[in-house]
Amino acid sequence: MIRYILWRIAVMVPTLALISVLVFTIIELPPGDYFESYIAELRAMGEATDMAEIEELRERYGFDKPPALRYVYWVGGMLTGDFGYSFEYRLPVSEVVGDRLWLTVLVSFVTIIFTWLIAFPIGIYSATHQYSWGDYGLTLAGLIGIAVPNFMLALVVMYFANIWFGVSIGGLMDRQYLGAPMSWEKVRSILSHIWIPVIIIGTAGTAAMVRRLRANLLDELNKQYVVTARSKGLPPMRVLTKYPLRMSLNFFISDIGSILPSIISGAEVTAIVLSLETTGPMLIKALQTQDMYLAGSFLMFLAFLTVIGVLVSDIALAILDPRIRLGGGARK
Amino acid sequence: MNSNARRRPRDLLRIEDLHVSFSLMGARITAVRGASLRVLPGKVTALVGESGSGKSVISQTAMGLQPPTARVSGRILFDDPLSDEGPIDILPLPRDGRKIRSIRGGRMGMIFQEPMTSFSPLHTIGDQISESLAIHSGLTGTEMRERCEDMLSRVGFSNPRKVYDMYSFELSGGMRQRAMIAMALVCGPALLIADEPTTALDVTIQAQILKLLRDLQQQMDMAVLLVTHDLGVVANIADEVVVIYQGEIMEAGPVETIFQRPAHPYLKGLMAAIPHFGMKRGDRLKPLREIEVDQDSLLSKKYQARTGPDVILSVRDLSKTFESRKDSWNMPGRHKEKPRPAVDGVSFDIRRGECLGLVGESGCGKTTVSKILMRAIKPDAGSVLFDDGKGPVDVLNASGAELQSLRTRMQMVFQDPQSSLSPRMTVGDILREPLDIHDYGDAAKRRMASKALIRAIGLDEASLKRYPHSFSGGQRQRIGIARALALGPSMIICDEPVSALDVSVQAQILNLLKDLQKDLGLTYLFISHNLAVVDYMADRVAVMWAGRIVEIAPREIIMTAPVHPYTRALLDAVPFPDLERPLNFETAGRASAVSRESWARVFRDDETGSEGMAPADLGGGHFVLARRNADMRELSS
Repeated sequence: MIRYILWRIAVMVPTLALISVLVFTIIELPPGDYFESYIAELRAMGEATDMAEIEELRERYGFDKPPALRYVYWVGGMLTGDFGYSFEYRLPVSEVVGDRLWLTVLVSFVTIIFTWLIAFPIGIYSATHQYSWGDYGLTLAGLIGIAVPNFMLALVVMYFANIWFGVSIGGLMDRQYLGAPMSWEKVRSILSHIWIPVIIIGTAGTAAMVRRLRANLLDELNKQYVVTARSKGLPPMRVLTKYPLRMSLNFFISDIGSILPSIISGAEVTAIVLSLETTGPMLIKALQTQDMYLAGSFLMFLAFLTVIGVLVSDIALAILDPRIRLGGGARK
Repeated sequence: MNSNARRRPRDLLRIEDLHVSFSLMGARITAVRGASLRVLPGKVTALVGESGSGKSVISQTAMGLQPPTARVSGRILFDDPLSDEGPIDILPLPRDGRKIRSIRGGRMGMIFQEPMTSFSPLHTIGDQISESLAIHSGLTGTEMRERCEDMLSRVGFSNPRKVYDMYSFELSGGMRQRAMIAMALVCGPALLIADEPTTALDVTIQAQILKLLRDLQQQMDMAVLLVTHDLGVVANIADEVVVIYQGEIMEAGPVETIFQRPAHPYLKGLMAAIPHFGMKRGDRLKPLREIEVDQDSLLSKKYQARTGPDVILSVRDLSKTFESRKDSWNMPGRHKEKPRPAVDGVSFDIRRGECLGLVGESGCGKTTVSKILMRAIKPDAGSVLFDDGKGPVDVLNASGAELQSLRTRMQMVFQDPQSSLSPRMTVGDILREPLDIHDYGDAAKRRMASKALIRAIGLDEASLKRYPHSFSGGQRQRIGIARALALGPSMIICDEPVSALDVSVQAQILNLLKDLQKDLGLTYLFISHNLAVVDYMADRVAVMWAGRIVEIAPREIIMTAPVHPYTRALLDAVPFPDLERPLNFETAGRASAVSRESWARVFRDDETGSEGMAPADLGGGHFVLARRNADMRELSS
């Protein structure tokens, strides 16, 4: 098992190297660089441009060098903890991302907990009461939840919050705490704001998870081992939680791989609509303005989390499911 | 009368006028109509019937395990000898209520047909067995573990401590069924309900499990309600027999009466429909429901008068070793265990117009051989030569037009009629597809051909427009046979064609295959684990063990004078539906891997390796795998 984990970690290195090449290539693909779009912007506004300064910046960040060399600089910097410089914000990337990253993690984490808390009981109810009115009603609600896009829901909620309560629900905290150091008031402000994005971002995920849990559980409920457990005299609730529910959790664990990156990237479009101070809007803006170091480092970070997430879910599956751990070729 | 009744043993389980029906798509389907039966304490009562007769429903209802959609009426009285309350009626008890739960697992245990799926793969064997104890006894953790390990050793595990911490998928089918029995019996129930406990198992393992059930039943003085369709099993283990047909009890009584003087025509019919040993060449099975077939219409001229070499298929030194999936989990460079070959130097000939039976336990490589012949698997070594009079074809290396034409001459009938027909095609499409692929005639001609095919297997032409799901298992298998016949092959490989079918339709399919063979001059390779079926069908029989053919001979010789110890063990393990020929539980049912140690020296290859083994000719087409330098007298002793 330990050998397996070590082996998997070793395999991660070439995987990440390949991803970094891809990320770099994609960012380099559009013609020009940040400075060209910066100059164009300045000219459009009728301001004079100091070409010398721009040339100096270009030279300092190696933009006059061939792409291969810049790739080496970029990767080398990341390995030593230097994620580069954001031209848009005129700050090191790590400082730009810093605060937003924690807020994003907070929102996503609360959203996931919310999704699980709602989805589990509903999924179990739907599966054990298949084709009942309750099941039909919850299925309908769930399908609506899947069908309505999050940003749409966000707009609707914002509109009605404004019409009915006269409040603006955008943002993750009151204006005065933006950029302020952490304090009890700031925490309270965040907590009072956070539930709206959590519900909005969580709906689709909840609905999708209810559907999947129901389908998985229904498959398991008709299995022979459930009858076996009942024939031993096990109480119904215990039968359900010990056998079929446990079996249907595999899909859930393999989800971890995709949850980790989505925690960080955090529902970009909804975040823009609700003007949340998370990383999503920032990433999109960085891509638009060809802020190469910011976008590139951020994408690399997401890729790294995906790889880690897949590893974690594979290891968790191996621990929880003996068939994966011991089965191998022995299964019939 | 009253006092007389009191002196008789009380019925442990008494089912009175039981009706069970299900609602399905708005319609009500009655599964059991007014069934009454009893189970005496300390006796084995067999409930016999074909599939769909309602026997499993009765066994589930007795434990209150029927599906929630079932509507039940009648009485099921369980009289627990350890309780003074008198009989309890199971039916009015609340579903999954406290009372019924205390009976389930505690006083009544149940084992199921499928040892593969009856255990949860995520929990250890020990966890699942001790769960019963945790519910029904007040034992502490260590006491429970002791009881479990004791029970595991009683069902025949030599190392119960290790098995306790193993998972179900690490055990073979027979071992899993043993663990299942341990789980049902760990609380010492008064009644064990066994629902087809040996149907999914190989014949040798079936004999082991039957012996185990018999022994435990006597040791623990418990009653068994054995649900089965196999009259051979019944004759060997049951004290009382109840015969059920379409939800109604046809006949009940002690096993002697039932077998010696079957009164009801259904039971008589059932007995005549089962292939058994010692049938004469011309004897024919009598199916319960005869089918009308019309083979004259079948493209008959195509098949007629096949002349050509005597040997139609010649297989030489076929070998195949599978890489196990487990390797992908190992680190690179780690030592790998050398996998055992699935097929190891198999050679045989099939003569034109004969039926060669291929028998062996599951995992012996017989299906791999059939897949190699159909080019579904590429062998590591060996050659296959096919010649039906149109010139020899190298089966393993044929390509292009040669392969296309080979496909029309060699066809296959599969084991599972459920999954071998596409549910999205009508029967007509299924039968026409081979004709389309091989550009046979024009549309009208293909339609004519499919009509002829469907008549030849005894279905009417309206069936062509229906989908496979609207047919029964036996009918589907007939459609599978028709598809194999569509291109007018000269040889058909039948891979366990009747093992997924009910006894009552087995006879239909076997007779159909026999008639087709005779009328169309077909050649069969007939693969089966059921010796009685092979005995009925085959002209010659090849016995396979661990990837090798250990004995091959005309069927009379194999059945009456086998030489190889494995063939003998295989024959010994077959339960006969005949009280005069009981299984010898002492010799039957020893696992072949274990009993191998006691084989005569000439049949073992431990010192010489497989190179030292060769088929020894005993005359009359009888070959047996033995050491090269083996003495003839040594072999036949």
